[in-house]
Amino acid sequence: MVRLVAFLVGLFFSGMLLLGLGDTVITAIQEPAQPTAEHEFHEMPLAVNFAHDGPLGKFDRGQLQRGLKVYSEVCAACHSLKLVSFRDFAALGYSEDQVKALAKGWKTEVPSINPETGEPATRPAIPADKIPSPFANETAARAANNNALPPDLSLITKARADGPAYVYSLLMGYRDQAGYKNEEGMEILKEFPEAATPPGLNFNPWFANLNIAMAAPIAADDQVTYDDGTKATKEQMSKDVAAFLTWTAEPKMENRKSAGWAALGFLLIFTVLAWMSYKTIWADKKH
Amino acid sequence: MSFPWAQEYKPQGTVSKWVDERLPLPRLVYNAVGAGYPVPRNLNYFWNFGVLAGVALVIQIVTGIVLAMHYYASVDGAFNSVEHIMRDVNSGWFIRYAHMNGASFFFIVVYIHIFRGLFYGSYKAPREMIWLLGVTIFLLMMATAFMGYVLPWGQMSFWGAQVITGFFSAIPLVGEPLRQLLLGGFAPDQAALNRFFSLHYLMPFVIAGVIILHVWALHIPGSSNPTGVSVKGEQDTVPFHPYYTAKDGFGLGIFLILFVAVTFFAPNMLGHPDNYIPANPLSTPAHIVPEWYFLPFYAILKAFTVDFGIPFTGIIIIPAKLMGVLAMFGSILLLFFLPWLDTSPVRSGHYRPLFRKFFWYGLIPCLVVLTYCGGKPPYTQWVVLSQIAAAYYFAHFLIILPIVSRIERPLPLPNSITEAVTGTPLTPAAA
Amino acid sequence: MSTVKKTKGTVKKPAVAPTDTVVTQATAGTQNQAGGEGSGVRRRDFIHIATVSFAGVGAAAVAMPLVSQMSASADVLALASIEVDVAAIQPGQSIKTSWRKQPVFIRNLTPAEIDAANKVDVGSLRDPQTLAERTKPGKENWLITLGVCTHLGCVPLGAAAGEVKGEYGGYFCPCHGSHYDTAARIRKGPAPLNLTVPEFAFLSDTVVKIG
Repeated sequence: MVRLVAFLVGLFFSGMLLLGLGDTVITAIQEPAQPTAEHEFHEMPLAVNFAHDGPLGKFDRGQLQRGLKVYSEVCAACHSLKLVSFRDFAALGYSEDQVKALAKGWKTEVPSINPETGEPATRPAIPADKIPSPFANETAARAANNNALPPDLSLITKARADGPAYVYSLLMGYRDQAGYKNEEGMEILKEFPEAATPPGLNFNPWFANLNIAMAAPIAADDQVTYDDGTKATKEQMSKDVAAFLTWTAEPKMENRKSAGWAALGFLLIFTVLAWMSYKTIWADKKH
Repeated sequence: MSFPWAQEYKPQGTVSKWVDERLPLPRLVYNAVGAGYPVPRNLNYFWNFGVLAGVALVIQIVTGIVLAMHYYASVDGAFNSVEHIMRDVNSGWFIRYAHMNGASFFFIVVYIHIFRGLFYGSYKAPREMIWLLGVTIFLLMMATAFMGYVLPWGQMSFWGAQVITGFFSAIPLVGEPLRQLLLGGFAPDQAALNRFFSLHYLMPFVIAGVIILHVWALHIPGSSNPTGVSVKGEQDTVPFHPYYTAKDGFGLGIFLILFVAVTFFAPNMLGHPDNYIPANPLSTPAHIVPEWYFLPFYAILKAFTVDFGIPFTGIIIIPAKLMGVLAMFGSILLLFFLPWLDTSPVRSGHYRPLFRKFFWYGLIPCLVVLTYCGGKPPYTQWVVLSQIAAAYYFAHFLIILPIVSRIERPLPLPNSITEAVTGTPLTPAAA
Repeated sequence: MSTVKKTKGTVKKPAVAPTDTVVTQATAGTQNQAGGEGSGVRRRDFIHIATVSFAGVGAAAVAMPLVSQMSASADVLALASIEVDVAAIQPGQSIKTSWRKQPVFIRNLTPAEIDAANKVDVGSLRDPQTLAERTKPGKENWLITLGVCTHLGCVPLGAAAGEVKGEYGGYFCPCHGSHYDTAARIRKGPAPLNLTVPEFAFLSDTVVKIG
């Protein structure tokens, strides 16, 4: 009885699936999927190397400090960094006083209340504060940005596939759409005239739908003056801020890797010992 | 329970004796996983995975209890509390990554454990009850894992909850009210998050309870073995301790090395980037995918594309969506009937030439394809592949397996485990 | 069901007490431990002991983060010190503020209260301390203490205007009747110690950093 019912159920499910298969194939032949501009022109992140790559990689503190500078002078105008506190910057190699000064001198102040009147007010940040957001709320952020919401950047490199390379590619990826061709030589406006970037958006093949609301933030060399004398090329700035945002997303990365090596080493010895133990116990037992 | 030649627990010293007379817990442990449990001497490494699954559950419970000390189940605070754990709590990043990847490793281990059972016929008499309890554990695990994935309240958490509870709305008549009952609202929100947290904390202990039953049921007939031949005498077995405790210790080392390698060096490899974006009920991710261990079932769900009805009349009896949901649940529930679908007297796949072919060249590739297609966007090639694979999945268990067990001519079995191991026939005459 | 029995049909009577070599090995593990074969056994035991000890060390190493996660997290520690502007507190007044989630009393003592505190014979006190030891030099009028009774942790009265200040004009804990004097020293009641003076420093004439 069980087997008879099973047979019928199996026949039904498999049959419906094969019917569906036929339907899928017929549909695919009758109405083949139309190629889309996103499909043809969306680019995977560029290959880029960072000091923190790989199981032995460590953050380049100088690069992180430069990245912070790019963030604070360029990105921070629109993008929040809500999950990071000023005190965290000690990990970038800043002293306690430098962190204090960074907090105090931050362009946006921390929302607060006037202690006498209770009216909303702002105060300078202290190290314990999170980085203040440039906009009071989402509505304010959208209102100031043509109804686009600049995402919080704290976790951006973990929230995108191949995050650090994605950030770098996106910043470097602004192109003139007129005459833009992909690697196969396909010209976007000729093949997909309807994919022309609408006004107010910007063409960027490294953005998922090719049109991004953010105008090229890193527009010219020397937009930022680095304290350590590094030449601030567009590429350098993009790379530095991508490295910085990797740190904001994963501030414990170095602890993680070093703890990992210790754990692996320990387990390797344990496993060898356990193997020897196992072999000894089974030595005279055929199995 | 167990075999007559099992070693007996002999308490040494007055304290042990005193305890043994009042609460023989050491005796229980001794008989369960100590020298008092005789186990076939020929178990291969696939038999390590039961113990490893137990270890994985302990890892999840311990790290989970610790995480619950810092997590708060609120739609405004959940995401930030997870990041607080990752950034500010001492060693919080380690505990959270271990829990997150521990779930994946739990599933890896359990899947291998299940495949061991499928190949070696561990579900057959007299071990049906062990198998039924095992499938129950698997179902509980899936529910627990799903609810746990919702807790960080990222984009995939939210939309996963939306989609999975959406399955219930496919049920005619009661579907939508049932979904609202489960969610405590019209969409996943505070009520749903709170109850998922509550149940996610409870379920592992339920799982632990069913595991006790699973192991209890195991100790009635004793462990199966790669030949599938029943234990005939003392020469076929070794005491669990020290023989298999030592082997499990080595297996544990290998398991932990792999677990540590992923947890510390590629902790987000098995996750989805979108879950690092806070939940946004107004914007759906480009494509929603569940965690990898649900992908085969998700592929089955998506593979049903045509309604079942009376041709040319437009009358639909079972719409495609409902059928997908039924098939997805059915694909797991059919495992409950496996002991009665596969009627072959031979347990081990080693001695079943036809079964073995269907297992290695049918079932395994089919599941690989389903897992792969489950994570792909609905393009024609992936839909076609998953439809073929899903059709095979149901055919394999419900049609092929019963037929194979009828028509197959099994290879000759060894007379005993000892004979299979030593190569010399052991007969009463020789003894 | 009957099909299963077929497999078992090959049983040639369970060998109850077989004497062949294979079987004697079945208990070899225990025999080895009991028998003792010189250096071979010692080497084996060493491996087992090493394996088990390694597992123990590993378990202890994992237990460390599992316990240390309970101690104060980085964001809590970051608020371990606060800065308070005391310019607005007139002599005779005090304020209650919060430091490390505990109440702190900041009191601007009047000359009369300072005199009263200094007149006390320190030797007669339960917890002998002078006012000078509890304040900063030149700023003896600023008495900063935790608002936590040293008896069982209640918040004493006396910091806010109109509250009972106890028999000695300082603070009074209503829970079990501890009286503190104007230097917040315990004078009467069950509390064993004076109100705790936290670590503090004046950053300027009007700003004090606690912690």
